[in-house]
Amino acid sequence: MTNTSNVVQLSATQMAEELRNGEVSSRELVDAHLDVIEQAEPSIHAFLQIAGEQAREQADAFDALSADDKQALPELAGVPIAIKDMIVTKGIETTAASKILQGWIPPYDATVIERLKAAHMPILGKTNLDEFAQGSSTEHSAYGPTRNPWDTARVPGGSGGGSASAVAAFEAPLALGTDTGGSIRQPGALTGTVGVKPTYGGVSRYGAIAMASSLDQIGPVTRTVLDSALLQEIIGGHDPKDSTSIPAPARPMAAAAREGATRDLKGMKVGLIKEIGGEGFQPGVEARFREAVAQLEAMGAEVVEVSCPHFPYALGAYYIIMPSEVSSNLARYDGMRYGLRVMPPAGVPQTAANMMAYTREAGFGDEVKRRIILGTYALSAGYYDAWYGSAQKVRTLIIEDFNRAFEQVDVLVSPTSPSTAFKFGEKMDDPMSMYMNDIATIPANLAGVPALSIPAGLSDDGLPTGIQFIAPQQRDEVMYKPAAALEAALEEQWHGPIWQSLNTPWLEGLGA
Amino acid sequence: MAEKLMKFSDAVAKYDPVIGLEVHVELSTETKLFCPAHIEFGGEPNTQLTPVSLGLPGSLPVVNKTAIDYAVKLGLALHCEIAEWSQFARKNYFYPDMPRNYQISQYDKPLNGNGYLDVELEDGEIFRVPIERAHVEDDAGKNTHVGGADGRIEGADHSLVDYNRAGVPLIEIVTKPIEGAGARAAEVAGAYVKAIRDIVRTLNISHARMEQGNMRADVNVSLRPSPDAPFGTRSETKNVNSFRGIEKTIIYEIRRQAARLEEGKEILQETRHWDESTQTTAGGRVKTDADDYRYFPDPDLVMVHVTPEHKAELAAQMPEMPRERRNRLQAEWELTDLQMRDIINADALDLIEQTVAAGASAAGARKWWLGELSREANAKEISLEELPITPADVASVEALIASGKLNDKLAKQTVSGVLAGEGTPEQVVEKHGYKVVSDDGAIEKAVDDALAANPDVAEKLKSGNMKPMGVIIGAVMKATRGQADAKAVTAVVMKRIKG
Amino acid sequence: MPTTFDRAQIEHLGDLARIALTDDEITRLQGELNVIADSINKIQEVATDDVQPTANPVPLEAYMRPDEPATPLTQQEATAGAPAVEHGMFVAPQIQG
Repeated sequence: MTNTSNVVQLSATQMAEELRNGEVSSRELVDAHLDVIEQAEPSIHAFLQIAGEQAREQADAFDALSADDKQALPELAGVPIAIKDMIVTKGIETTAASKILQGWIPPYDATVIERLKAAHMPILGKTNLDEFAQGSSTEHSAYGPTRNPWDTARVPGGSGGGSASAVAAFEAPLALGTDTGGSIRQPGALTGTVGVKPTYGGVSRYGAIAMASSLDQIGPVTRTVLDSALLQEIIGGHDPKDSTSIPAPARPMAAAAREGATRDLKGMKVGLIKEIGGEGFQPGVEARFREAVAQLEAMGAEVVEVSCPHFPYALGAYYIIMPSEVSSNLARYDGMRYGLRVMPPAGVPQTAANMMAYTREAGFGDEVKRRIILGTYALSAGYYDAWYGSAQKVRTLIIEDFNRAFEQVDVLVSPTSPSTAFKFGEKMDDPMSMYMNDIATIPANLAGVPALSIPAGLSDDGLPTGIQFIAPQQRDEVMYKPAAALEAALEEQWHGPIWQSLNTPWLEGLGA
Repeated sequence: MAEKLMKFSDAVAKYDPVIGLEVHVELSTETKLFCPAHIEFGGEPNTQLTPVSLGLPGSLPVVNKTAIDYAVKLGLALHCEIAEWSQFARKNYFYPDMPRNYQISQYDKPLNGNGYLDVELEDGEIFRVPIERAHVEDDAGKNTHVGGADGRIEGADHSLVDYNRAGVPLIEIVTKPIEGAGARAAEVAGAYVKAIRDIVRTLNISHARMEQGNMRADVNVSLRPSPDAPFGTRSETKNVNSFRGIEKTIIYEIRRQAARLEEGKEILQETRHWDESTQTTAGGRVKTDADDYRYFPDPDLVMVHVTPEHKAELAAQMPEMPRERRNRLQAEWELTDLQMRDIINADALDLIEQTVAAGASAAGARKWWLGELSREANAKEISLEELPITPADVASVEALIASGKLNDKLAKQTVSGVLAGEGTPEQVVEKHGYKVVSDDGAIEKAVDDALAANPDVAEKLKSGNMKPMGVIIGAVMKATRGQADAKAVTAVVMKRIKG
Repeated sequence: MPTTFDRAQIEHLGDLARIALTDDEITRLQGELNVIADSINKIQEVATDDVQPTANPVPLEAYMRPDEPATPLTQQEATAGAPAVEHGMFVAPQIQG
């Protein structure tokens, strides 16, 4: 068997190549990652559920296939993956990191899970998140926070901190996340990993527990751009079970990523978004961003500044649309059909209505309640036009900003997150400062355009920063090319991937 | 607490009633509105569910094309404007029979808007009911109340929820305020709901059985001092599930509200319930701002597009509507209005049409279904359709009469045989050897015997007194076991008495 | 649009949302929501009458599925996660108190 700490540090694409060459089996990959999980979890806590037995069975099933059958599968076949616990998995407890869903074992698989299973990709387990994906630090999980592998006193970002930390810590080569306002990309930036939010409708939402339906999108969490491209091709494409799914096959993203790796960006126009950056952005984050942009120029890209004048209104619109949809989507958690039921205390009438109210009081955390109340307000009679209606108009303006920008450039770039990973508790008592984390990522969700984040280097505090690429709707491949080019250029500059600088005590003892 | 009521005639003399109806019709699609769970009446509880209709986390709705097509057809039948783009919205409220705690309905962009339906009242007057909208939405599950009296919600200890019905497609047809019906408000409402039932059956888009809950109505009633006055405060009586109940609700509410107004009391804007056992409406919830449904476009569902081409395609598939069909058949069959109404009231239109289609004359078909067969059905307390005789059978009997093979008496016996399960008319005739005797020799002999046996009768006939003719015919019939043709018998008798 | 949330309003929202908020929560939410509402109010500057609202970011028309049944959940699967079940049905506490 291949040495564990070496094999888990391969990219998913490299693992797949070793699988094809017979240098490693899927079972060995699963076992190696389960070993890392066992070592890393006490300090990282990226997982809520570990599905070792099922993962081994799935690996064995792949290993038992004939060479011809394996050949017919997608490139990443046999490579294991971790799943954000916001995505429904048949037979594996799915909680959305909420007490209200504790113990719920779904009777069905999300479409993306069906596609992973069809591709024979073993599922290692379910990763931690802010409760119902509501938060930017994973501190809002009902089951305790996930720690950032770069500094376990700091948050991994959120809501998908579990998936990002699992991939950063080599507990999984690949993961799925969900991104409503930056929940894939911001943790990617804070953990030095790659995170992609596809075009809205590019990946089926069937089986993704809804947070804000018009903003949610499932996407890849990986350590390389090519890995994300290959994974998005597997999970993407039309699904008749999702009315908002675009009736078209997945875009040719892996080809674009491979083309980008040749580091030729001549003829590509890159736009710097004037409205993202400056005040509130950490100097180290902006410095790495400027250096990355210089790299793009060095590879032949033409860089211009573009204005998206309505972006300053994006956060306000987001904090109306998102909680409004949350308030309705989370109404189903009422103690009737699944999950928690809490009866009212003595002295309070033991009615169905009170049961629901006490169940929801006990089952939801503070952030979720805050958003439900805000959203209930925004939709209530008399305020709909002023709030929800106005926010939808801002959405139109943001889409128009993007349309105008993409008339001038092929792809837009910005820092992914204003800061590097912050300390636990630092922003917990100040919702607005927590919400500011998503200032750069939210416009893409409002407009439905694809966006991804890749590592841009370490800030002066020694923590990872991210750069975000944004492409036009349904043209996801357009962002993969420059992202892969920049990744290659930066890795040459750093003499290796960003995680070379990461201390991984949990890998010691596995044999290096 | 019994409420005071004003005499109906006084109430409608003093006040002008305005009514409104919201009729819910369950569509008879194979599967639910937003998921492919098969719909069946009376299945085991919670066996007609997918993750979508159970409201499981992560599940998403996808619109059933047939449900939309059905709704467009109904919209066309109700002379509605069909929206090219319509939208589903969420109506948010908590209730244990709601799997998601929001209903997916249509709000500001309904599929069908602004139509009307002409309904015929008992005296033949046509009343135009204006229709505000006919939109598509999904149904909730069903609660069974345990521990109280008669399975009622009041006093129940807990309830059991079966979500099989959750997600069944409904069309809600909402009238504009119906003004000008006056004392006939209840009759208009009854005729309107029956007309809706006939239309959805003609379109074959609903089973439309009120007793199974396929159709139910919310009935709004308000009073105002005169037709020029602004609308009064209305009561809304929910889920009335019979035609009589709808009519009685309106009459009761007119009397109750009139009595309150007379005493200077206000009418509460509240939801009420029709109680069949007490024949009253009972007060329910007073509407408050708790009824804040927080409608917003369902972000899981994008706009529904009915292209002009598809609308035209559906329009071309429209069957003839009940009123047009009635008018056509009445003309074809040369019936008076009264005759036609008798047919409608007997629910015999389809049967007579089918009998005519099988070759019978309209008069013959009508005679059987409204005469002998109606009596039989009444005696057995079943509908005409449930009689063990088909329109084709009736047409065969008519054909046998027309060809002279049966007379009226034998025809009735044949029909009795069919009803008794002895087979087709031909088989019954064969079995009993029914045959009209037209053999002159046999009749002549029987006539001679009869005249000989009744000399007094023979004398009277010869003297020109034809009254006792029936005695001879009766005797001849008896002798020929009813197979003689009465006309032929009469002819022979006439020959004998003149000769 | 009000610029401040008062206690009664938050209690009412708690009722609408079926959450039995505690007194402390109401106090805290009042402060937080007022801060959030202030920042959100800004959008009124640009949400003018001439701007069309967008409900869904990707312009699509509804895919409509054919009216064909698929295998349903079994009763056991449907009720397996329920807090209380009787005779294959979900148990609701007293609906009308």
